[in-house]
Amino acid sequence: MKTFQIGGTHPEENKFAKDSQIETFPLPKQGVVFVNQHLGAPSKLLVEKGQKVKVGELLAKAEAFICANLHSPYSGTISKIDFAIDISGYKKQAIFIDVEGDEWLEDIDRTKDIIREIKLDSKQIIEKIKEKGIVGLGGAAFPTHVKYMIPEGKKAEFLIINAVECEPYLTSDYRAMLEHTEEAFVGIEIMKRALNVEKAFIGIEDNKPEAIKLMTEFSKKYKNTEVVPLKTKYPQGAEKQLIFAITKREVPSGKLPIEVGCVVNNLGTSIAIYQAVQKNKPLIDNIMTLTGKNVKAQKNLLVRVGTPLNSIIDYFGGLPEDTGKLISGGPMMGKAISDINAPTTKTTSSILVINQKEAKRKEITNCLRCGKCVTVCPMGLEPILLAQLSENRRWEDAEKEFAMDCIECGCCLFTCPAGRPLLDTIRVAKSNIGELRRQRAMK
Amino acid sequence: MLTFSYAILVLTLIGIIAAIILYFVAQKFKVFEDPRIDLVSEALPGANCGGCGHTGCRAFAEAIVKKESLEGMNCPVGGELTMSNVASVMGIEAVATLPKVAVIRCNGGKKNTNAKVNYDGVKDCLYAHMTFSSEGGCPNGCLGLGNCVTVCQFDAIYINEETGLPEVDEEKCVACGACVTACPRKIIELRNKGIKNRRIFVSCVNTEKGGVAKKNCSVACIGCGKCKLACKFDAITIENNLAYIDYNKCKLCRKCAVECPTGAIWEINFPLKKAEKEAVLEESQA
Repeated sequence: MKTFQIGGTHPEENKFAKDSQIETFPLPKQGVVFVNQHLGAPSKLLVEKGQKVKVGELLAKAEAFICANLHSPYSGTISKIDFAIDISGYKKQAIFIDVEGDEWLEDIDRTKDIIREIKLDSKQIIEKIKEKGIVGLGGAAFPTHVKYMIPEGKKAEFLIINAVECEPYLTSDYRAMLEHTEEAFVGIEIMKRALNVEKAFIGIEDNKPEAIKLMTEFSKKYKNTEVVPLKTKYPQGAEKQLIFAITKREVPSGKLPIEVGCVVNNLGTSIAIYQAVQKNKPLIDNIMTLTGKNVKAQKNLLVRVGTPLNSIIDYFGGLPEDTGKLISGGPMMGKAISDINAPTTKTTSSILVINQKEAKRKEITNCLRCGKCVTVCPMGLEPILLAQLSENRRWEDAEKEFAMDCIECGCCLFTCPAGRPLLDTIRVAKSNIGELRRQRAMK
Repeated sequence: MLTFSYAILVLTLIGIIAAIILYFVAQKFKVFEDPRIDLVSEALPGANCGGCGHTGCRAFAEAIVKKESLEGMNCPVGGELTMSNVASVMGIEAVATLPKVAVIRCNGGKKNTNAKVNYDGVKDCLYAHMTFSSEGGCPNGCLGLGNCVTVCQFDAIYINEETGLPEVDEEKCVACGACVTACPRKIIELRNKGIKNRRIFVSCVNTEKGGVAKKNCSVACIGCGKCKLACKFDAITIENNLAYIDYNKCKLCRKCAVECPTGAIWEINFPLKKAEKEAVLEESQA
C-alpha cells in the first residue's frame, strides 16, 4: 500500500455520517455572503444596497492577480452591506441578501444530465474557472485559476486529485465520490485538458473501500486516470505527503508542487470545475458534513454559501446537551467556532460537534523530552524546538529551523503526552515570520 | 641555585617582551570613550527596562552623551531626580518632562460583557488574539491573559480576579512602556499622570459601530460624539466610532464624563461630587 514516508499518526476515524445521502439544505431567510472568501487580494464589490440579484449574478469581481470572483448564491434583495461576524468572532465585510424565491440566471444549466463532451480549449477553460469564482475546496480557498497558470519554464506532468479525506469525522468528499462520480471524472478530464497533462491520479484512503471500488470501475472508462488506494494514515491528504505517496517525488522546502511537475486539487474542486465549465454554474454551494458523537442528525448537506450556521443546527433539532465545542472543518485542522451566528463560506466543510469531555484540552505539564512530536511530524521538523522558540518570541530562529514548512496538521499536538500547545505556538511563529518576510520584501 | 636564576630570568624576559607588545597593541587599537558615558550610566537606575526607547541604560547614556542635550531624553524609571543628576553630570540643564503612567483602556472584563465562548487555549494574549475575538465577542477588548503582567519588571500590573482585567499600581508604574508593546491589541497607553494624579480617559478601544459594540459590552464607547460636543478645549477626537481624549489638551473639567451615556469615560482620583458623596453617606448609614 502506498503512503508517505516519515511521521503521521492515526486518530480515531469516527466517520458516522458516511452512510447518509447528500441532502439539499433549504434556503435561509437571509443569506450573509462574505465579500472575500478566498486567499489573496480583496475583490471589488459590484453591488449596492437595495439592488435585486438573481442566483449566479456577480457580486464582487477579482481585479488583482491572486483573487476570485464572488457570485450571488441567492435571489432576492440586498438589504445591507455591512460587517458580519466570521467563525473566529472577527468582523468582515459581507453582503446581506433577503432571500425571495429561487430565481437563477438563465444561462445556468440546472438539469441533472451529464455533459461529457468538452468543447473548450485550455485557455478558455482557465478563463471559465476564473469567471466562475472557483477556489480550492480543500480548505485553503486558493483561487484555482491561479494554480492553473503554470509559470514559464515549468511543466505539469501529473494531476493529482485529493480524495483522501484523512480528517476524522468528515465524509463530504466520500459522499460526493459515491453520488457525483461521473461529474468528478468529467471534471478531471477538463482539468487535464486545462493543464495539458496526460496522467491523473485519484488518491483515496483504504478506509473507503466502496469509493475505491466505484471510482476504479469508472476509471476504466476514462483513459489515463488512475485510482490509487492509500494507507489510512493522517495526514495522507496533505499536499506534499500525497505527492510523495503517489509519485515518490519530494517537494523542496518552501516550493510549490509544480516544482516536481504536480498539480494537486481536491475532489470537490473537480466537481465544481465540471459544473462551472459544462453547466455554467458558479461556485455558490458546497457539500458539508454535520456530525459529532452525540448528534442525532448525521448529515451530508448541500448548502448554499452564506447560510448561517445556527440555521443549519436549529433545522436539525439543535445541539445535544453535553456539547462542549463546535468546530468548522475536521478535528485535527479545523477551527473552533466562536460565534454560531457566522455564515458558511465557500470552503466550510463541516460543523463538528464535540462533547464536553473531549472538548477539554489536556492539562499542560512539562515536556518529557520523549520525542513523540518529532516522530510523528510528517515534515520532519522538531515541533518542540519550534514551540520553544516561539514561546520566547524568537521568530528569526524559528524561521531558520524551517517553521514555515509546518503544514499545521496537528499531529504533534495530538500525540503530545504532556499536552504542550505545540501547534498553537508554531502557528503564531509562522504568522510572525510571514510578517517579517513582508517587511523584508518592502525594504 | 643556577636553575632558579634561569627560571626567574626567562620568566622576567617573557614578561617584559609581552608588556612591550601589549603596550604597542593597546596604543594601536585604542578606542576613545567619553568618560562621561560611565558617569551618566552610573547616575541611571540600571534597570535596563528599555522605557527610554534604548536597549538599556548604557545605550541611553551613550545616546545622551552623543546628543549633548536632554531634549526628548527621559528615564521614566528614575524620573525627575535621576534626570537632574544626569544633567549635572553633563553640565547642562534638565528638561522637565511630565511623569506618565500606563492606563488600561478596556473596561469590559467579566463584569460588563457576557462570555459567549470559553477560551481553553494557551494562556497568552498573543495566541488568543490570533485565535478568536474574545470571550465576550469584542474584537478589540482585553483578553485578560496577562501578557502585560508577565512583561512588567516593576510588578506594577496585576490581574483583578473579579473583573478579569489588568490593573495598574500607580505608585509602582514607571511608564517604561513594556506593557504597551506587549499588548497585542494596543489597549494600554502611556498618559500624563496629571495634576494630583487626576486623569480622564476613554476606557475603550473598540472601533465597531455603536450598536454592535454595545451589544457585546455595556461600557463600550459607541462613538456618539456627546463628549466631543461637551468639550470646550477641543481635546476630544472621534475616529472609527471611538472617542479619544488628548491628554495634552485636556483640562480635567470632567464635562465629558457626565455626558457619556455608556460610562466609557473614566475619571481617576477625583474627589467625589456632592451628590455622590451624599449617596455614599446614605449607603454607609443604611
